[in-house]
This record gives sequence, structure tokens and C-alpha cells, in this order.
Amino acid sequence: MTNTLIENNFRTNRLPHIWCSGCGHGIIMRAITKAVDELGYNKDDVCVVSGIGCSSRAPGYMDFNTFHTLHGRALAYATGVKMAKPELKVIVVTGDGDCAAIGGNHLIHSARRNIDITTIVFNNNIYGMTGGQYSPTTPTGDKGTTAPFGNIDKNFDLCKLVQGAGATYVARSTAYHVNMITQQVKTGLENKGFSFIEAVSICPTYYGRKNKKGDAVSMMNYLKTNAVNVKAADKLPKEKIQGKFLIGEFYKSQEPEYTEEYQKIIDSFQKER
Amino acid sequence: MTAEKTKRLKINKEWCKGCYICVEFCPANVLEIKDGKINIKNIDACIECSQCELRCPDYAIYLGGKKNEK
Ligand SMILES: Cc1ncc(C[n+]2csc(CCOP(=O)(O)OP(=O)(O)O)c2C)c(N)n1
Ligand code: SF4
Ligand code: SF4
Repeated sequence: MTNTLIENNFRTNRLPHIWCSGCGHGIIMRAITKAVDELGYNKDDVCVVSGIGCSSRAPGYMDFNTFHTLHGRALAYATGVKMAKPELKVIVVTGDGDCAAIGGNHLIHSARRNIDITTIVFNNNIYGMTGGQYSPTTPTGDKGTTAPFGNIDKNFDLCKLVQGAGATYVARSTAYHVNMITQQVKTGLENKGFSFIEAVSICPTYYGRKNKKGDAVSMMNYLKTNAVNVKAADKLPKEKIQGKFLIGEFYKSQEPEYTEEYQKIIDSFQKER
Repeated sequence: MTAEKTKRLKINKEWCKGCYICVEFCPANVLEIKDGKINIKNIDACIECSQCELRCPDYAIYLGGKKNEK
């Protein structure tokens, strides 16, 4: 018993999903699927690729072509899919550990190539699946099972990282700002190039518990009150954005896309023959 | 006619994990958790805004019926 969005786009026989009570991942997965649904793509023209992690379980539930691969390697597999079938709409679903720790190299080079893949990172600031180890996005000072006295590493701003590496669409939203996720995924999918959407998620089970952030509701309220839209941020006094984080669209440009450039080389040789 | 038949709010207790997100963000105080699962405590107050559906991580609450099914 469910509604049409879920009925038409999910493998409902696999639901309910494995995620914990109050995990933000389910909210983000629905928002992504809604974007694809609203764009009216044929489901067979969409391929969702993931690595390993709680977040990377998402494609198992989504009723498109789906590909659950190796930890950190989703973008490498997705690059293969896109090179073989450039007509497909390729979506990568990943976690902060999956894409920024073990998969960090694939992330920056996919961005540099501006290959037409839309990547959505479910950033819950922790390794959820393996029990709460700190990740490259765990804020400095926060705790994880591998940082019991507080993390001494500086955390990545994933959007800045990927923008610096060459992505042509970069945006951030949160599990609270659901419609913004859908809007950004739609823009990302329509952008011919590497699109990166950071969807800030919540992991009440590990990140929340380790850092005394309260239950899922408190963590959602935290996202609600601490996210500042980049459009408003410029007009606000510095004190008002102190300790908060930015959401919205950070970067958009049009640049040569990797599979198209590759095709041009093939075409140039075929003309010679 | 009972109220249930005129409002389109539907729940699926089997998928609900009792996280309280919909209870918190319902602007009309329609919902509660009963025995660990979602329960509609006051259907008459429902304004069909679909905030619960938007935010439920488990797709266990939604507006059904003909219009605006998504
Ligand atoms: C090569 C390899 N190294 C390590 C692991 C163990 N492992 C599985 S998931 C994971 C991290 C998951 O964290 P993240 O990507 O942030 O996703 P989340 O579970 O938080 O959604 C790790 C280290 C693995 N499966 N494969
Ligand atoms: S461990 Fe964290 S990320 Fe994984 S399902 Fe549970 S709440 Fe979600
Ligand atoms: S948001 Fe969904 S899973 Fe959470 S209590 Fe409400 S119906 Fe249940």
C-alpha cells in the first residue's frame, strides 16, 4: 500500500529499506527519485550507480538500471557506463566516506573531466555502515569510534573541493530542505557535465549518538535552523552566519563534456577512412 | 460519511519505524506515535499539506486518492 511516486519508481517488494529509524537517507532517496520522475525520463534511460555504505544501498530500492559496485569506486564504474552508453542519464549515489575518503581520487578526476554524471553524496559526517568511524567530513573536534577524544583532522568542504576540481554544477541542500534536493538534482541532470549535489543527511544512530546531537527530530531541527541560503548569506551580517553552513547553488557553467570530446576524436578518424 | 473518507491521508504501519519526524513537522498536530508506530489522532485537523509525506524517511505516510498523488 503506497502512493504513485513510490509505486512507479521503487522496487516496493524490497521495502521497507534497511536504514535505521529516522535516518536521513530515505528522505534523500525519495527526493532524487522525484526529480527523475518529474523530468519524465524513461526509466530504462537512467542508470543509478553506487559504491558501498548505508547510502550506497539506495540503488537496490530504486527501479531503474542500477549498479551496486565497490567501496569508493562508484564513479569509476559510472564512467565506464557513461563511456559505453553516453545516451544514458547516469546518477551516482554515494556517501561521504565512499566519495571523499577511499573514492576521493575518483571524485576529483571525474570533476576535472567534466563527465556528464550527476553525483549525489549523502553526507552524514560519518561512516554509518561500519559503525561510526570518522570520515573526511566529520567536523574537527567531533567524535567517532576511531576518534574517541575528538577528530583532529580538518574536514573537507565537499562543494568547494569539487568546484575547485572542475565540476560544472555544484550545490548543497539537506534532508530537511527536501524540495531543494529535488530541484538541484533536476538541474544537475539537465546540466551536460559533472554535477555534484551534496545532500546533508542525518545518522542518528552513530554520528548523532556519538556527538550527543539528540534524536532524528533534533537533528532535523538542527538542519532547519543552521542552514543559510547562499543567496541570503551575502546580505546577512557576519555574526548571523557564524557557525552555520551554506546551502543552495554555488556554481554553474558550461564547458566541454568528456564523452562528447571523446566522440569527436572517434569521428575525426572515421572521416579520414 | 466518516472523516476518514473525506481526507486523503494514508498510513502504512508496516513500513513505519516510529521516528517522530512526521509528528514533529505536521503543522496541524494530526499525528502521534502509538505502540511505536504512526497513528492518526485527529484526521479532521489535516490540511493535506503533505509535509509528512515529504519528510517520512520510510514512505509510510502519504496523501492518496486522485489529485496530487505524488
Ligand atoms: C575496500 C573496502 N574498504 C573498506 C570497506 C568497509 N566499508 C564499508 S562501508 C564503509 C564506509 C561507509 O561510509 P559512507 O560512505 O560515509 O556511507 P554511510 O554508511 O555513512 O552512508 C567502509 C569503510 C569496504 N567495504 N571495502
Ligand atoms: S547507521 Fe546511520 S547512516 Fe546507516 S542506516 Fe543507520 S542512521 Fe542511516
Ligand atoms: S515519519 Fe514515517 S517512519 Fe517516521 S514516524 Fe512518521 S510515518 Fe513513521
